[in-house]
Amino acid sequence: MNELLAVFRRELGGYFATPLAFIFIVIFLFTMGAFTFYLGAYYESDQADLTIFFSFHPWLYLFLIPAISMRLWAEERRSGSIELLLSLPVPLWAAVLGKFLAAWAFSGIALALTFPMWLTVNYLGDPDNGVVLAGYLGSFFMAGGYLAIGSCLSAVTRNQVIAFVVSVAVSFLFTVSGLPIVTDFFASWAPQQVLSTIASFSFLTHFEAITRGVIDLRDIVYFTTLIGAWLIACGIVVDMKKAG
Amino acid sequence: MIVIDGLTKQFGPFTAVDGISFSVAKGEVLGFLGPNGAGKSTTMKMVTGFLAPSAGTARVCGHDIVTSTLDAQRMIGYLPEGAPAYGDMTTRGFLKFIARVRRLSGAEADKAIGSAVEATELAGVLEQPIDTLSKGFRRRVGLAQAILHNPPVLIMDEPTDGLDPNQKFEVRKLIGRMAAEKAIVISTHILEEVDAICTRALIIDRGRIVADGTPAELMSRSRYHNAVSLTLGGRTTVETAEKLRSLAGIESIEVSPRGGETTFTLFPARSGEGDTMLVDAVARIAREENWQVRALYGEAGRLDEVFRRLTRPDAGGKEAA
Repeated sequence: MNELLAVFRRELGGYFATPLAFIFIVIFLFTMGAFTFYLGAYYESDQADLTIFFSFHPWLYLFLIPAISMRLWAEERRSGSIELLLSLPVPLWAAVLGKFLAAWAFSGIALALTFPMWLTVNYLGDPDNGVVLAGYLGSFFMAGGYLAIGSCLSAVTRNQVIAFVVSVAVSFLFTVSGLPIVTDFFASWAPQQVLSTIASFSFLTHFEAITRGVIDLRDIVYFTTLIGAWLIACGIVVDMKKAG
Repeated sequence: MIVIDGLTKQFGPFTAVDGISFSVAKGEVLGFLGPNGAGKSTTMKMVTGFLAPSAGTARVCGHDIVTSTLDAQRMIGYLPEGAPAYGDMTTRGFLKFIARVRRLSGAEADKAIGSAVEATELAGVLEQPIDTLSKGFRRRVGLAQAILHNPPVLIMDEPTDGLDPNQKFEVRKLIGRMAAEKAIVISTHILEEVDAICTRALIIDRGRIVADGTPAELMSRSRYHNAVSLTLGGRTTVETAEKLRSLAGIESIEVSPRGGETTFTLFPARSGEGDTMLVDAVARIAREENWQVRALYGEAGRLDEVFRRLTRPDAGGKEAA
């Protein structure tokens, strides 16, 4: 537990030791705002809720989260500090989880800084704040899902660019697996059961369910299971590299 | 304190470390020598738990590195090759992180950091990001990190690489101070270092141990062992060499002129006895012949020559100890 906390603190501090955190947060907030107000035509929609705001989250995360996760392991491998980390008495699970939780906390901070959106909508109208809270919670869990995927793929390579590109590609598949772009491919030949299983992997489906204000246990279970599975895979990859 | 037993590492079809076994006791400073790619770093990576061995194992203070990795790692201070660190952290932040991982906290941690900083003379750069430090300072941050928890076993991969002569001297002094209390393994390319700080040297080549002994023992395997070196100024002639050759017990002579001087290396017949007498005999001749003697000494042996002979591509490990 001590070791987990030490890794977590180091990693989270690492974001703020460089301009990375600042740049990321500024760009995250800027694009969130720009998308919501211009692309989403927030004012014209005349709705006092954050549905439009949240509807852009999966697409922004798709590119911004791999930018956080790409360095998690690839950077350690490139700089050689992984040799230090893995020869310290830190259990593998603590290293994997500590890094992930730090990245997750960081993305949570970025997400929390969108609170002016919440203030705006409360100023303009009378939204259901329970639904807004559910949306934030869903967004946070979804960010965790993207991060877990990126964390595992970052462990595969020492090249951050490769880690980024592959993470975006895999995250994309998970995002849209419920949309025609993926289901059409299977629809002609796969049985209905397979089809619905694939569709049920979609981030969009689960996220949209939560943003409607319905916190279904199944959606939470989906994201936590997904995070757990990718982190276990990450641990296995790191351990395999140890075996050479 | 370190027992290495049949340690083997294969990368695909390539065998980097081939069934190495040795042990290191408290108070020993083991110099781990070998050409690049001989398997030094790979061995150290396995002993410290960074790489999993393909076969064999190592025990550190009784803890098996394969089955109780964390317990073994707690006993070890490790300086990896190139002294990697988290470059975005300050020296102080980095050492605090290491202290936390090593389960030191509060006053205990402050004390540990304080003494490590003092030993490695890092006080001036505590608040600087490690990325901005010079190579010598970065190496010392790596050293401080390794000795922070006062480990009974210290493993250092090229601890003086990239340091200037003054810093090398300081690091050797530091290792010398800690030696009595710990089992220390250092890898190095610098053969003079072995003579300076190691109580024992181990040469490996292509993953196998080819020599194991005290530096003096290794030097005694040199063909220069007990040889006498005589440097003369002024003009020397063929007769000079002939005079020297006429001495009793001389097997061969090498002549190497350099500048205005000529160095004669006299190899005694391999009885090995009476080397001081040989120096005396040479001195006597030099006096009688009125040679301009610039230097005259008996050689203990040359480690670099032993090293080359044992690790040449065609050596084939024939002299395996």
